[in-house]
Amino acid sequence: MRWGVIVFPGSCDEQDVYDCLKRNLGQRPEFLWHKDRLKGKFDCIVLPGGFSYGDYLRCGAMARFSPIMQGVVEFAGKGGLVLGICNGFQILCEAGLLPGALVRNSSLQFVCRQVFLRVEETDSPFTCSGKKGQLLRMPVKHGEGCYYADPAVLERLRKNRQILVRYADSKGRSSPAANPNGSLDHIAGICNEARNVFGLMPHPEDAGEKTLGSEDGLKIFSSVVAACDKKEKKAWLG
Amino acid sequence: MRIKIFVCLKEGVLDPQGKAVERSLHSLGYQEVRDVRVGKYIEISLDAPSREAAEARIREMCDKLLANPVIEDYRFEISNE
Repeated sequence: MRWGVIVFPGSCDEQDVYDCLKRNLGQRPEFLWHKDRLKGKFDCIVLPGGFSYGDYLRCGAMARFSPIMQGVVEFAGKGGLVLGICNGFQILCEAGLLPGALVRNSSLQFVCRQVFLRVEETDSPFTCSGKKGQLLRMPVKHGEGCYYADPAVLERLRKNRQILVRYADSKGRSSPAANPNGSLDHIAGICNEARNVFGLMPHPEDAGEKTLGSEDGLKIFSSVVAACDKKEKKAWLG
Repeated sequence: MRIKIFVCLKEGVLDPQGKAVERSLHSLGYQEVRDVRVGKYIEISLDAPSREAAEARIREMCDKLLANPVIEDYRFEISNE
């Protein structure tokens, strides 16, 4: 399958995503420069973590106006898979591809540590290889990862089962202590209503091999690979 | 024209920065302080045929980029400096 990894000025995790896909899953991803138009055929576009445009004004506020983003919005509108990690998640929210916003961590501190994610839904192309309730261990590293949405939006997210992963402790329980940033409802990642756009704050690409302490991040990427296989694609569409 | 734009978090959106500033002010002895909210202040210069035209342009800029309507409110002042 064809992966595109967008590079914005200030992105810093694009190489991690690239290496993770290549080394651990045998994929052949391609870098896409933010100033270019989105050309060619892709199955999944990844917006990596980092500090696009220096996080000036608001995280992701300026990257959403990069030339490539228009193509990403059209790609998503046609059902193409879009995965935003950390700063990528922030950009997807700013671009209106995902509801809500990511604001300053409630602790006001930059947080860099391992967390557990509890898989809440498996009928999405990003979690279809996982099991409900399964715990995935991977790192977070961000200053603005506190998910916020007004009560009506939050209710819709729950009703449509768009909350794909929540923060939890090693036993799978959500609690303020297990929530690294104060996110509402312990939200670590959400998808859009059509379930083809997914954003999460933790970094699956930094948990792709044993030497990094965890291979759990591969669940996210291998789900995408499985979903892009025709048979499975129908499975997650239900 | 000179425009002063104030961007603030909406009511109901947690403002941990405001809370931290409030706690600091309390510890300095300013016990009367309540409801601290920290926002952004942006100044821009602009040529426009009229005040109304300038207002329409500024509102557009705020809705598109300067503020995020999901979490922020804004207001602005125009002067003929």
